[in-house]
Amino acid sequence: MKILHKIALAVLLSTALASVFARYIAPAGYEQQFRDEAQAGPSLHHPLGTDELGRDRFARLVYGMRVSLFLAPLAALLSTILAAAVGGVAGFCGGWVERIVMGATDLFLALPWLFLLITVRAVLPLNLSPMTSVIITFALLGILGWAPAARVICAGAKQVLQSDFVWGARARGCGGLRLIRVHLLPSLRPALAAQFFLSIPVFIIAEANLGALGLGVSEPLPSLGGLVCELQDFVMLRPEPWRLAPLVVLIVVIGAFQVLLSKQEVHA
Amino acid sequence: MRAKGLLVSLVLLCSSAVFAQHGGELRFCLRSDPKTFNPLLVNDDASETVRYLTAGFLLRVNRLTQLPEPELASSWKVLDGGKSIRFKLRSDVRYSDGTPFSAADVAYTMQQLLDPAIHSATSDAFRSGEGKLVTRVLSPTSIELTFPAPVANLISLFDGVPIISSASPQKEMAALGPFFVAEHKAGAFVLLKRNPNYWKKDVQGRQLPYLDSIRLDVEQNPDIEAMRYQRGEVDLINTVSPAIYEKLSSVNASFVRDAGPSTDAEEMWFNQVPSAPIPGYKKQWFTSTAFRRAVSDAINREDVARLVFRGHAVPAIGNVPPSNKFWFNSSLRRDAYDAAGALRRLQSDGFRLENQQLRDKSGNPVEFSIVTNAGNRSREQMATMIQQDLKKIGIKVNVVTLDFNSLLERMTQTFNYEACLLGTVNGDLDPSSQMTMWLSSGEDHIWNPKEKAPATPWEAEIDKQMRIQASTLDLHRRKAAWDQVQKIALEQAPVIYLVNKDSLVAISPQVKNAQPSPFRPQAYWNIETLMLARR
Repeated sequence: MKILHKIALAVLLSTALASVFARYIAPAGYEQQFRDEAQAGPSLHHPLGTDELGRDRFARLVYGMRVSLFLAPLAALLSTILAAAVGGVAGFCGGWVERIVMGATDLFLALPWLFLLITVRAVLPLNLSPMTSVIITFALLGILGWAPAARVICAGAKQVLQSDFVWGARARGCGGLRLIRVHLLPSLRPALAAQFFLSIPVFIIAEANLGALGLGVSEPLPSLGGLVCELQDFVMLRPEPWRLAPLVVLIVVIGAFQVLLSKQEVHA
Repeated sequence: MRAKGLLVSLVLLCSSAVFAQHGGELRFCLRSDPKTFNPLLVNDDASETVRYLTAGFLLRVNRLTQLPEPELASSWKVLDGGKSIRFKLRSDVRYSDGTPFSAADVAYTMQQLLDPAIHSATSDAFRSGEGKLVTRVLSPTSIELTFPAPVANLISLFDGVPIISSASPQKEMAALGPFFVAEHKAGAFVLLKRNPNYWKKDVQGRQLPYLDSIRLDVEQNPDIEAMRYQRGEVDLINTVSPAIYEKLSSVNASFVRDAGPSTDAEEMWFNQVPSAPIPGYKKQWFTSTAFRRAVSDAINREDVARLVFRGHAVPAIGNVPPSNKFWFNSSLRRDAYDAAGALRRLQSDGFRLENQQLRDKSGNPVEFSIVTNAGNRSREQMATMIQQDLKKIGIKVNVVTLDFNSLLERMTQTFNYEACLLGTVNGDLDPSSQMTMWLSSGEDHIWNPKEKAPATPWEAEIDKQMRIQASTLDLHRRKAAWDQVQKIALEQAPVIYLVNKDSLVAISPQVKNAQPSPFRPQAYWNIETLMLARR
């Protein structure tokens, strides 16, 4: 288990490093079109060949990992913070506050988030740069993704508030913000960490889903979701297995997050 | 030796006939379930396929020669300068259920077609003016139709009028075409069987169609359809994407055929609506002919055709493709890709290039967005190539993909977009079918719809020429007017035509007599003469 954990960590670190140093690793810019070398097979010049427009597939993969691997954790952080705030307040206050907040959470859970995302994207200004639009997309994912975690946090908060050490602290006059800061938040930290790690692959896949609908990251910026979306014409795959690289990376990265998540869950 | 050669040639010539099978079941796929079997209400591709295979028509435009040919009408005569048409009908023709066909059916069909309550898409072209259609049944085999005003292109319009029975107990399900609907399982398949009463025979006097039945399976996914075709489960695919074409071609070159450039075009245009919620300085760019022409010149159409469509497209010259043999203005030539020339044209219009960024007279950086429909990979790729091409002349382009409804809303209601990339499907070769696109008051005048008065002198000239071609039956006058429209459209570039896609079809080598056409329905337009080789 320990070895698996280390491997997962190594995988995530190496993919993170590769995407950070994409500029030095990639043989060309992700948007550069080598139109005379379109659909080329793997070569020294283009390790994973080129796509239909002659863009280097390896360059697009490492830059795409940068988008997915950095923005998905940020979106996960945003949704975890929102979940902690909403779930924590509901659990801490209890009574009618909890009923109202959890009712609102249930309502949020019932929303068809995919259609909501499509609608929000449709009303965004058209002249946003691809990077701005992808940041907005992930921010939306983060803003919309807090509800399931909020229910878990609310339940956790209520459980912590019933524990002996909290009763003891209250008996000694500890209350309000101090109780939250000193006792509640540290006790909820493993649950929050688990929610954070759980959300990352969910958001990577959500972006891939949007990509499959053609509503993911704008061209020419690549993302793992967008690159996986290119595999839709699967009848073409058999003679070009190197085109599966983005899918393999996506599976490996999500697998690594799952391994780390198991550890977090054990701790939680 | 010569005799031996002759014998071998004879054997080869006869082999297709010898091994071809009279009968059998042809199988292919529909992308969706047909929405209707009433031929007058057809408004979707699947229903259109069923209609093409089952309905009888007075005449048909030959998909290869592009000329009208007699079908249920053995001859016709246009009268009163295009206001009336007299048809002589074939005698002894019966529907699939045995009901006799007569001139009363044509009168009934036309009355039904022009009934406003039916909302038939085909009927709009016949509405030439205020007033009603007058039908005069002269005899069981002769009818005269009189329209309120002359109808340009009157003959070809009947290529889209399916005749329905006024007397059959089966109503519109009684077929005059080569097949009739025998079975339909919603969402799964439609089974068509040979019409035993079909009137047509081949040159040897054999009853047509040769096939016994056609099974149309509903299959939404084109990749799965291609796999089924490869496995021999279906016999043809009416249109395949360039990617699937290449894949099937690599398996077996005889699996696919390129029928040549179609009339379908991919194009982009700038929003020129005065009330559009975009900055004024951008409206100035978009209404500048020099700007539009420069953008057009800076797009490498050859690369688009070669990379996006894998060579199965040709750079577009204008709004009418050369494949439209009669109506294309053959004197037009597209300026070759010329980024340097485009930049010079922009500089002569007051634009300047500073640090790889193009700026207008007021110093605004030239940047705009191109919207296209999400999920259409070839359009997304075209937009990305345009983005790269225009970057070379300092123009920054943002590519935005939107779901189709949002895109339509922006194009037709809010006008909140800057440039749009879409495609057009031109089913009708005649310019009268494009009135709403080219008349400045037209709803489909995409760059500035429903103008109260022509916004520019060249739009006024297009209006004039379009009205001339619509108001006369003199083909030469019509052609001259339409040629002039094409010339103005190329010079002013309100729409930047990018490529004309080839018609790519997959027809199994088992299917004999196939002659794919660039026009719909590409693979099975001559369905009655298609034959299957022995499986």
